[in-house]
Amino acid sequence: MANDLSVGNLIRSFGDFTAVDNVSFDVPQGSFFSILGPSGCGKTTLLRMIAGFDEPSSGTITIRDQDMRGVPPNKRPVNLVFQHLALFPMMNVADNIAFGLKRRGMKSTEIVRRIEAILERVDLPGYGKKQIRQLSGGQKQRVAIARCLVMEPSVLLLDEPLGALDLKLREQMKVELKKLQAKVGTTFIYITHDQSEALVMSDHIAVMNEGRFEQVGSPRELYSEPQTPFVARFVGDNNVWSGEVVESGERLTVRTGEELLFTTRSHKSYAKGSRVDLFLRPEALRIEPTDTNDLNTFEVDVKTILFDGANSRLLTVMPGGHELLVSLPQNRQFDHIRPGDRILLGWHPDAGLCFKV
Amino acid sequence: MKSGFRLSFWLFLAPVLLWLFLLIVLPHIDLLLLSFRGENDMGDLVWTIDNYKNFFIEPIYWYTFVRTALYAIVTTLCTFVLALPVSFYIVKLARPRTRGFLTVLLLLPFWVSELVRVYGWMILLRESGVLNYFLLKTGLVQQPVEMLYNDVTMIMGLVYTSMLFMVVPLISAMESLDDSLIEAASDLEASRFTILRTIIIPHCKPGITSGAIVVFMLALGNYLTPNLMGGKNSLWFTEQIYNQFIASFNWNQGAAFGFLLLVLSSCIIWVGLKLSRHRLGEVAA
Repeated sequence: MANDLSVGNLIRSFGDFTAVDNVSFDVPQGSFFSILGPSGCGKTTLLRMIAGFDEPSSGTITIRDQDMRGVPPNKRPVNLVFQHLALFPMMNVADNIAFGLKRRGMKSTEIVRRIEAILERVDLPGYGKKQIRQLSGGQKQRVAIARCLVMEPSVLLLDEPLGALDLKLREQMKVELKKLQAKVGTTFIYITHDQSEALVMSDHIAVMNEGRFEQVGSPRELYSEPQTPFVARFVGDNNVWSGEVVESGERLTVRTGEELLFTTRSHKSYAKGSRVDLFLRPEALRIEPTDTNDLNTFEVDVKTILFDGANSRLLTVMPGGHELLVSLPQNRQFDHIRPGDRILLGWHPDAGLCFKV
Repeated sequence: MKSGFRLSFWLFLAPVLLWLFLLIVLPHIDLLLLSFRGENDMGDLVWTIDNYKNFFIEPIYWYTFVRTALYAIVTTLCTFVLALPVSFYIVKLARPRTRGFLTVLLLLPFWVSELVRVYGWMILLRESGVLNYFLLKTGLVQQPVEMLYNDVTMIMGLVYTSMLFMVVPLISAMESLDDSLIEAASDLEASRFTILRTIIIPHCKPGITSGAIVVFMLALGNYLTPNLMGGKNSLWFTEQIYNQFIASFNWNQGAAFGFLLLVLSSCIIWVGLKLSRHRLGEVAA
């Protein structure tokens, strides 16, 4: 499949500081691609270079097989939905959407037709005459996206546009954005620090840290097969033990600080005696397993119950004081658990993952 | 409670009202009365509209009046055209540290009186002035050029004097302009000129209007700069008023001219506000 965007060996440095450090990736046509990273990891700088507001120190940006070097933002086939949307307050909704079309010298009847079509598409029919300040947060969001989509860009860039919305609306907009992207088929490049936004919406996610891409993959790959400790920590919740490899092989045996021996898988085999971090998802821990064959088992004390509906957890503490999060399935099976109880936990060696420190 | 509040309200308002009434309303009523008084053939003071009639009959008064108004408008436009890039540079392009420095630089000339500043220009521009000295030295001209006492110099002087009053409101208007609006416009394929026309100027409109009103009134009512830099040909309407009061001792005629100038400036500002679709209250705020 053709790529809408190709970035090759992109570097952007400000003095001694390298904001984007040798990043390469391809975005296939019509896909939803997210760049996920903590604030200050360089993701906004990367996006601004794709949009043309910043020039790379070296490397290439290619959009639909056209080299973008030296092309100013108003000549690039990309549009950017800004973090704070940047709708023009001096114009109404229709004029905001018409802004770009007018610059192309389109006929006014055609502009009116397209505005109506795009407003229909983002579920705001008849909103053309409204002033920007009359709109709610979610409506502004959709106008900002409509204003860009009406330009029929090759690539639509979105810079954390959901950040300013309240939680409920954000959850709703996540689903809407995903549906909208599927409907219009435009390539979306979405920047966020919120892993749940990225996981829910994207076809592919690049996890970025300190200017570099740690891993690029589908949401499922990132969650279940993190390639670096950073990805393991950043995407989803993880429990971490630090320990020492006591037996090397196809599976590693790791001795943790609490003198517990765990068998676990690992991407790489590490020599005996190496220091490793062992990662384990909260949902991999089974409470009071009936069949303990092949499982790593140990006892913990329940400290608190963090009730959050389907996402409820137990905060437990190991004898050495190490805290662990354990998923608490809401199937009434564990309703008897109270803070202070001592429970048995077990996990399968395939669920863990080790990285050398 | 309510009457107590009202009493203190009026108490605090009293100085302002007194100031307005004693120093502005009262003298103007007196001037208005003066402007309708005149001597008849017998030398007696009577009520008359001759002072106003003179203005309409004598072409030189008319001519000066229109000329003053037009040049004040030209001054306002020139000031705006110059002040816009200056304030844009200060607010959006200069680094924060240089920003304060640049603003002080703009302010600096206003620490000396207008008279001194105008004489400074005269030292530069007169026939035996600094500029002519260098022009002669470099051989660009053979004869010294008189650069003072013409309309262009006078407008330049007026623009220079009123620059600050346009830059300051523009700076404060531009500070509230979100950079991402400019970037968004650029992202939507707008050229620099289109961004200026559709985003920056509409956003700064309140600042532009208030700056324009101040500059226009300052230029229209200016006496010193047109008189010194424009010389005898400047034909500024304030000079006519001065002449009537001081040279001809015709206070009645002078009062009538003064009132005509007041009406003129009010009218032009009213038209300006109508054109820019602002109300005076919004602009003052």
